[in-house]
This record gives sequence, C-alpha cells and structure tokens, in this order.
Amino acid sequence: MVFEVLEYDFMQRALLSGTTIAVLCSVVGMFLVLRRYSLFGDAIAHSSFGGVALGLFMGIYPLWMAYVVSIISAVLITRIREKFDVSGDAAIAVMLSSGIAVALVIIGLAGGFSIDIFSFLFGSILLVSAHDTILVLAMTGSILLVILALFRQILYSTFDEKQAKVSGIHVERINYLVVFMAGLTVVTAIQLVGVLLISALFVIPNVTAMMLGRGFQSTIIISIVISISSVIAGIMLSYSLNIAPAGSIVLLSICMLGASMAAKSTGLFARR
Amino acid sequence: MPRPIEVSNLSVGYAGVPALENVSFAVDQGEFLGIIGPNGAGKSTLFACMLGLNTQYTGTVRIFGQDIHRSRSPLRKIGYVPQMVHFERNFPITVREVIRLGMWHGVQEERVDEVMRELWIHELADRRIGELSGGQQQRVFIAKAIVNDPQLLILDEPVTGIDQPSMNLFYGILKDLNSNHGITIAWSSHDLDTINMMSSHVVCLNRTLHFHGAAKAFFSDEKLVQIMCKCTDPSECTDHKCDVAEPPPIRNEAS
Repeated sequence: MVFEVLEYDFMQRALLSGTTIAVLCSVVGMFLVLRRYSLFGDAIAHSSFGGVALGLFMGIYPLWMAYVVSIISAVLITRIREKFDVSGDAAIAVMLSSGIAVALVIIGLAGGFSIDIFSFLFGSILLVSAHDTILVLAMTGSILLVILALFRQILYSTFDEKQAKVSGIHVERINYLVVFMAGLTVVTAIQLVGVLLISALFVIPNVTAMMLGRGFQSTIIISIVISISSVIAGIMLSYSLNIAPAGSIVLLSICMLGASMAAKSTGLFARR
Repeated sequence: MPRPIEVSNLSVGYAGVPALENVSFAVDQGEFLGIIGPNGAGKSTLFACMLGLNTQYTGTVRIFGQDIHRSRSPLRKIGYVPQMVHFERNFPITVREVIRLGMWHGVQEERVDEVMRELWIHELADRRIGELSGGQQQRVFIAKAIVNDPQLLILDEPVTGIDQPSMNLFYGILKDLNSNHGITIAWSSHDLDTINMMSSHVVCLNRTLHFHGAAKAFFSDEKLVQIMCKCTDPSECTDHKCDVAEPPPIRNEAS
C-alpha cells in the first residue's frame, strides 16, 4: 500500500514538502526553545493568519502577505520586549490575539472568501501545489544556509548573550536574524500543520530530543529524525484513515515525547 | 607595544548615581592585576567598560592601544570569565562544544583537546555542561576563554560558589597562564589573602580609585590592609575572607 500511495503526485509533493518543513522547524525551533521563545511560533502564526486574510482581501497571493506580516510581527515582538520593558510572554500574547482579530475583521468586511481560509488554520499538506513545494524547498534551503554560515554566532548568542558580546559577536543583529528566520519558517510551515498547531512542530520534537541527546549536534539530529518520522507517519496515517494530517502529525510527535519521558523515567535513556 | 589596559578619567553613572568617578590606571604586559573593593564599588562596571559591554561612560578605555568604545577588534585579544555564567541548566551542549564556541577563527580540535588537558577537563569532554559542578564549569569557561590564545584574561570574581579543592586548582591554572604563557590577567576578588598570593599589582576601588600599585606595597602596609579589611586586628584575620570594607584615601603608586 505504501508504494501505491507514493505513486500519487499529491502524495509525493506532500511528503517532500512535509519532510523539508520538518527539518526546518526542528532547526529553527531548537534555537527558539533554548531562547525561551517556545510560544513565539504560535504568535507569529496567528499574526500571519491576519496576513493571509489581508492578502485574500487585497487580491495578493495570501502566503506572500503572510510572509510580510509575520516578519513585521516577529520584529515587533522583539522591539516591544526591548524598548517598552514588556515581558516576552505578554508581547507574544498581544501579537497572538492581534493577528486573529485582524483576520476576523477582514473576513467580516470581505463577506467571506471563495477559497477555504480555514485550510490555513488547520493545514492542507495534501493539497500543496508544485509551486508551493518549490517555495518550501527554496525557503528551507536559504534559511538553513544562513544558519550554517552563522552557526557559531547563533549558538553562542543563544547559550550566553553576554559572553557572545564579549567575543565580538553582534548579538542584537543575530537576535533579529533569528526572529526574522522564525517568521519565514512559520509561514513556510503553515501549509503542513496550519496556524493552530504550528508551535507543536517547533517545540515537541526539540523537547523530546533534549531529553535524549547530550550535545547540541546530537540533539538537533535526534530532533530532525523525530520530526521527519512523525511527519511521514502522520501523512501516511491521515491518508489511510482519512483523518486530518496536521492532527495525526502532532499526535504522533506527542506520542514520541510521552515514550521518551517514560523511557527516561525508567532510566532507559539515562546519560552516562 | 601598546599596554593591555589603559583607563583614563573613566566616569560611569546609573540614573544619575555615580558608579565610577574619574578612574585612571594602566596595566602592563604580563601583569597579574587584582581589583578589590566593597560590594557596589564599581568593579563589575569597570570590567563592563573594559569589555565593551557598557559604552555609556565618559573618559577613555583603551585595550591594546585601541579605544574599546570605537573598535571591537581588541575583544579578539581578550578572554573573559564572568562570576557566573547564566545559561539554561538543560541546554544540550557538551563541554567540547562550549569550548569550541570560543574559537572565532575556525575550530581546531587539537587545540580544544590541548586546552582540555591543561585544565584537567578532558575526561568531561562529552558531558553536558549543566551536569558539572560549579568548579568544573568554571574550568570549562576558562578553557573557552583561553582556547583562542588571548593576550589578556579578565575574570570577575571567578571563584564565587566554588569548593576549596577546585579553587586551589583554579588558582594554580591562573598562575601558570600568567607565568608560563605570559597572559596578562585582571581579576577581582573579595579574598584579600588570595589577591596577595596571586597578584603582582592591586587596584582598590570604591567608586573612585583609592590605590594602584604593586601588591607588595599594598600588603606590606598594615594600616592599609587593616582599613581595607573589616577585622579590627589584621593579625587575627588569617584568611582575609571577610568583606572588604571602605577603602582608604586615594594613593596611586603607579602614576
């Protein structure tokens, strides 16, 4: 049955886009989780939903507008935290509710849209076009190349900002770069799991991996493996059981987290 | 050759309250400078200015001849060990990976291994940093600070919260870095006895500079030490671990 399913073009695109997004979310999500920005993805995703609605309202390709809005939101959250002494979770909460509010107002003003705007809420990986797949591949490749080029600076700033500054790293610039990349990643990943479940892709595989891995490199590899496994298995499961892929992907990754917690509590994965 | 540190007329204030006023001193190559002063004396502020972390000051701070306010390039010659490194305890990073962070010009594994052996942490190479004791962690952060062969090592109360055996090992390492590797060291501590044992020169701060000169000159002056130490009788004070008290009037032997 597996090989039969793989013959379908839509399934090939779904698996290719899904696994690519899985890798991207694991890598970017690792830096967010370690910077205590776990809900950052959620806030950006909700804001970008406002961007999707705005794009549809203005007759612009919705994901392009979502990219613009998500980047503006990501930078705004960071600016609000820095300039107005507002805590990170409060800034995230403001941005999270603003995006949905903007979307609801625009949907109301437009009197509804001809396309299913709610596919952006819950994801539609099985419906991704060849154009979307190319966009996902290009965006993932670009972001991963930047991370690879600035790996030490990003990791050092994440580990200890003060020491990173002393070593000559422009920490503020790196922080803005990380949130900029997170904004791009969120919109790229919306097609896979939708706005509502996006933070699961950022957080769950990384939290699981942090329990199993020791160093940064091993942990990120474990996170990528967990993420790809849950995406592939989730898509296959959704096809065979006719259920929403976003739900099955996230539930599978939660199962892996539960299994890791159980294994760790029994000492199965105890670090030497 | 430019001096590792030259501080001229340095003044810093926080919300109108002066933290440092008109501080001037210089450190020569190969010196082991101990910086002492009571809590709130401005020691950490001074380090922050020297490291380019605080640029809201008047006066000049030159590191190897370059104004740190204008150029960040001297930072490449500095190794820095703070009092406490604030990081997530469950941060997934090994000792080896932490030390690699210190190599800004590309990772050389042989150098990382060499530094770990020098600091007796090679057996901890694959352990997570958060799993180590305070003393072991501090040795890792020294390794990160020196892996790049810095010419100046700055340590801000580096032994706070560290057990005695680790402390002794730590002091031995610093002495070796200074004597055998020629690294200029500037460090702060509340422990006058250790400052006496380790440092060639002393800076005594309490918002203003109260003493700068040879450690011998400072510690041979019983009155000076007595005023610096809260104990009424310095002869009864065996370790000088009591908090440093209000410093005496200014005395700059080096200038």
